[in-house]
Amino acid sequence: MSITLFIPRDSAALALGADDVAQAVRAEAARRNIEVKLIRNGSRGMLWLEPLIEVQTARGRVAFGPVSAEDVGALFDADFQSGGKHALNLGLTEELAYLKKQERLTFARVGITDPLSLEDYLAHDGFQGLRKALAMQPAAIVQQVTDSGLRGRGGAAFPTGIKWKTVLNTAAAQKYIVCNADEGDSGTFADRMLMEGDPLVLIEGMAIAALAVGATQGYVYVRSEYPHSITILNEAIAVARKAGYLGSNILNSGKSFELEVRKGAGAYVCGEETALLESLEGKRGIVRAKPPLPAIAGLFGKPTVINNVISLASVPIILDKGAAFYKDYGMGRSHGTLPFQLAGNIKQGGLIEKAFGVTLRELLYDFGGGSASGRTIKAVQVGGPLGAYLPESQWDTPLDYEAYTALWAVLGHGGIVVHDDSADLARLARYAMKFCAIESCGKCTPCRIGATRGVEVMDKIIAGQDTGAQVELLRDLCDTMLNGSMCAMGGMTPYPVLSALNHFPQDFGIANKDAGGSHA
Amino acid sequence: MSLSHSEQVAAILAAQRDRPGALLPILHDIQDALGHIPPDAVAQIANALNLSRAEVHGVITFYHHFRTTPPTRHTIQICCAEACQSMGSERLVQHAEKKLTHREQSEYELHPVYCLGLCATSPAMMIDGQSHARVTPEKFDKLIQKLGSGT
Repeated sequence: MSITLFIPRDSAALALGADDVAQAVRAEAARRNIEVKLIRNGSRGMLWLEPLIEVQTARGRVAFGPVSAEDVGALFDADFQSGGKHALNLGLTEELAYLKKQERLTFARVGITDPLSLEDYLAHDGFQGLRKALAMQPAAIVQQVTDSGLRGRGGAAFPTGIKWKTVLNTAAAQKYIVCNADEGDSGTFADRMLMEGDPLVLIEGMAIAALAVGATQGYVYVRSEYPHSITILNEAIAVARKAGYLGSNILNSGKSFELEVRKGAGAYVCGEETALLESLEGKRGIVRAKPPLPAIAGLFGKPTVINNVISLASVPIILDKGAAFYKDYGMGRSHGTLPFQLAGNIKQGGLIEKAFGVTLRELLYDFGGGSASGRTIKAVQVGGPLGAYLPESQWDTPLDYEAYTALWAVLGHGGIVVHDDSADLARLARYAMKFCAIESCGKCTPCRIGATRGVEVMDKIIAGQDTGAQVELLRDLCDTMLNGSMCAMGGMTPYPVLSALNHFPQDFGIANKDAGGSHA
Repeated sequence: MSLSHSEQVAAILAAQRDRPGALLPILHDIQDALGHIPPDAVAQIANALNLSRAEVHGVITFYHHFRTTPPTRHTIQICCAEACQSMGSERLVQHAEKKLTHREQSEYELHPVYCLGLCATSPAMMIDGQSHARVTPEKFDKLIQKLGSGT
C-alpha cells in the first residue's frame, strides 16, 4: 500500500526538526514495507503545532502535531496513515477552528500544495490571473488593482494601483518590478511563509505587475536571514521559466519578463524602499530623499514598481476573481485581507489571514489562546519594532488602517508581538531606541544621533535619575525624530517609545497623571 | 592574502562583474567561498568594478552580514528582537555566555541577530546557518554538545 504524507519545509518547521521527522518517517516506512509519497509542503501557519504531519485519507487530510522524530514509531503503530487514534491526532486539518475561521485569499494554497509543483499550482487556480492579464490592456490591469482597494502590505499602506499607474504613465526604455522581501520586523513572517509555501503566486504577481506597467526585469530582494526562502524561490523561478511563465515570450504572448533573486546582507533599513534600491544597485543601504519617487526614478534611475511580497502575491487573485471580489472583504478604506502574524508570548502563535476589521482581542484569545506563559497579557506591539505598544483598553478597536491611525498606532505589516506582565515597557522603549541606533543608515541626524541620545535618556530614566526632566527630554527628542527624520526608521521609533510611556508610565517610574503625553 | 584567495576572488569577479548592481552578489560569493572578505581583496574588487576602495570598504562595513576576519569554527546567533525577548531570549543569551566561557573561546562566537522570522516559535537562534526554534537553555546545551561531538 502507498500513503501520501505532508511534512512542511517551511523554515519554522525546519527549525523545530521537520527534516528529522521526515527522515524518521522514511526510515520507519521502509522498515515496515510501506510505500510513502512524502510531500514537503508549506506550513499551514499553526506554528505551535509544528512540525505538523498531515496524512491523506479518504475523509481528507488528517493532522498530527507537534511531532518529533521520537514519535514516529508510535504513530505508525497507531496506524496513523489511516488517521488512526493517537494523542497527537488533531483530526481533519480543514476542520481545525484556527484554520476554519480564517479568510485565506493570498494564502489560499499555502500548506496545501507542493510549493514547487506546477501541476499543483495550476490545479488550484494558479496562473489564472496572469492568463487574464495577458488578454488585457496595461491600463485595464492597473485599473483592476486600483479598484480592488489593495494597499501596500509592507506597512505604508499606499494604494498599489496608484503606484502602478505612475510607473505605467512614465515613459522609459527600461522599467523594473522590485519585490521587497526584506522582512526584518520582529514578529513578522508572512513574507517568508508565502515565499516558502507558495512561491509561484509571488512570481505570478510580479509578472502581472510587469505586464501592467511595461517592465521587463524584476528583482526579489530577500534578506540573508531567509536562506530557505531564497532556495525555494530560485527553484520556483526555474520551474516557471521552464513552463513559459517567465522569460522572453510569456505563454507565446510576445511579452517578456525576467526575474532574479538578490540576497540582502543584514541591514534592517534596507526594508525601506529607497534604501533597498540603493542596496540592489550595489551600494550602502542609505535612504534616498523623495522626490523623486521610485515610480518615476527608482532602480538605476528608471521607473520602478516596488511592492512588498504580500501586495504582489495578492494581485493574482484580484485579476482572477475581479476587483469587486477582493474589495468586498474588509472595512472602511481597508479592503481585502491581511495575514496577521501572532507572535511572541502567545500559546497558539501563527499566521491568521483575516479580513480587516477583526480585533486584537479576537486574535489574542480566540486564535491565540492567551499567553504562552499563562500569565496576564500586558502589552501588545502591533506593526513591528516601529509600531506602538497597545494596552488592553485598545484591544477592541478593529484592525483597520484608519482606526489604528486614530489610536496613534499602526498596522504595519501585520506583526503582533505579545508580552506578558513580566515585561518592563521602559526596557522595551530603551530597546526600540537601541535598535534604531544599531540599524540607522546614518543619513539624517534625528535618527543617527537621536537614537543614541534616546538610549542614554532611557538609561537615566531606568536608573531613576531626575526622571521628570528626563521624560520631558525624551518627549522633546521623540518630537524631533518624528518630524525631522527622512524615513520611518527614525520617524517611527517614537511610536513604541511614546506609546510605552503613555500607556505604562509606572514602568518609567512616574505616576499616570505625570505622563502628560499628547499621543494617547 | 594567499594566492589561492586572490585567484578565487578573481574568478568570482570575472563571473559577476557585468551584472547590474554586482557588488553585493560579489561580496556574498567571496564570503561564501572564503568565510570572510579579506581586506586585501578590497582593492581587487574596486579595480574590477571601477569603484574607489573607499566605496567598497563602505559597503562591506555597512552591512552586518559581511565580515572581514575569518569566522571561528562555530557561529552562534541568538535572536534578540522583541518577540524572542518576550519568551526569554535575554536569559538565553546570559546562559549561552556562561556556558561558552567553559569552552575554547576561539571555537565559538556569539552574536545577537535581529529577527530570524521564527517569531511564533521563540526564542530562536542560528548555529552555523541552521535555525533552531523554541530554544530553552536545556535545548541550547544539547545543541552545543552535538557540535562538540559531531565535528
